[in-house]
Amino acid sequence: MTAAFTAAAFFALWCRAMSAALAATPSSAPDEPLLAVHGLACARGGRRVLSDVGFTLGPGELILITGPNGSGKTSLLRCIAGLLAPDAGTVAGPARARGQTLHVGHADPVKPHLTVLENLRFWAALGAGGGRPPEEAADAMGLAARLDVPARILSAGQRRRLSLARLLLSPALVWLLDEPANALDTDGVARLAAIVADHRARGGAVIVATHGPLPFPDARPLVLGHGAVAC
Amino acid sequence: MLKPALALFRRDLLLAWRQRGGAVPVLGAFVLMVVLFPLALGPDPALLARIAPGIIWVAALLATTITLDHIFASDHADGTLDLLVESPAPLAMHALAKAAAHWLVSGLPMVLLSPLLALMLNLPGHVYGTLMAGLLLGTPTLTLIGTVGGALILGARRGGLLLVLLVVPLYVPVLIFGAGAADAALNGLDAAPGLMFLGALLLVGLALCPLGAAAALRAALT
Repeated sequence: MTAAFTAAAFFALWCRAMSAALAATPSSAPDEPLLAVHGLACARGGRRVLSDVGFTLGPGELILITGPNGSGKTSLLRCIAGLLAPDAGTVAGPARARGQTLHVGHADPVKPHLTVLENLRFWAALGAGGGRPPEEAADAMGLAARLDVPARILSAGQRRRLSLARLLLSPALVWLLDEPANALDTDGVARLAAIVADHRARGGAVIVATHGPLPFPDARPLVLGHGAVAC
Repeated sequence: MLKPALALFRRDLLLAWRQRGGAVPVLGAFVLMVVLFPLALGPDPALLARIAPGIIWVAALLATTITLDHIFASDHADGTLDLLVESPAPLAMHALAKAAAHWLVSGLPMVLLSPLLALMLNLPGHVYGTLMAGLLLGTPTLTLIGTVGGALILGARRGGLLLVLLVVPLYVPVLIFGAGAADAALNGLDAAPGLMFLGALLLVGLALCPLGAAAALRAALT
């Protein structure tokens, strides 16, 4: 009896320690930038890949990061997403709150033994909720007819579409897309452009890293690989 | 806060069921290791009964290590780990969910199978309860310690071997108290102290191992 009580008390304390890690979500003022990056520097494997990167990102904006291979596009996105700790500089703004940035890297986190719908449902459950239903997300990326298909028989382009459909499952303010058009056909790229345009129209912002051409005519360019960078 | 971790728990169970990859190798190794001892030592019922608790515990311990390197490996390789880090639930909660799913798939079947192996080794009937209770308390601790190891070896080549060297020394207390409790019951002594120590180790493991695994996962991402 005492042992059970001690165990319960221990678990309760542990849960409280865990939840202390969760910060409250700050609300954003209308004119405030969603994201302000200042003097960001990052080293990978002892080599500096990013130095003195700075920019701000407001609602509805889209920044297109370009640069040669190894210029730090992926590292920059991972720093902003909070997946990588920068060596110097700051990333601030309401988009830094937990669940307000959504990062789609170049790996597809698709489980081959789950169906398309099961993958989407799992991703939706991992987030805090508040996004669109999985069926709608699949439809937006042209996967509506593939919902019950195991993901292992999807083509590379279809897996990419599935990864991108994850964007719609969350209410995140800022999307961070790393080479989003890899393996996509023209219809896939058009659907990507459509969901990005829709997200910006709702007041969201997008940062895209790419080395290929993408249909974002009003994007602000950010070119990496030439020392200090600002835009 | 619990919902994302529960989703991960359910997904891991579903994947284990679809892939048949979790229970089969662990149970196979567990049974094989126990079966080898009578073959090597000869069919002496008295000797086998004497060493049965030790054999079953060592086999359970080594069988647990077989699939540990897969706990986080595929999630690390396909980027799901990024999603776990970004999820609103703490990473330690996800580590706990993965440990729970792993134990249900590999640890619990071993506990349920242990009476059969004990029968094969001629273990007296009054020891079964202690043996199973010990395994029930001890195998979750083995899995929890293993999740820390499984997270630490992410990104390392030949990680499986490294993992065994890393976690097996940490398994020693569980082995001593687990096999010790069953041994005490076998010799007509009180098994309760050993089982209580196993329970204490499990509580410490439940509190600390998810935090350790979470720290190791973060280190693996950078």
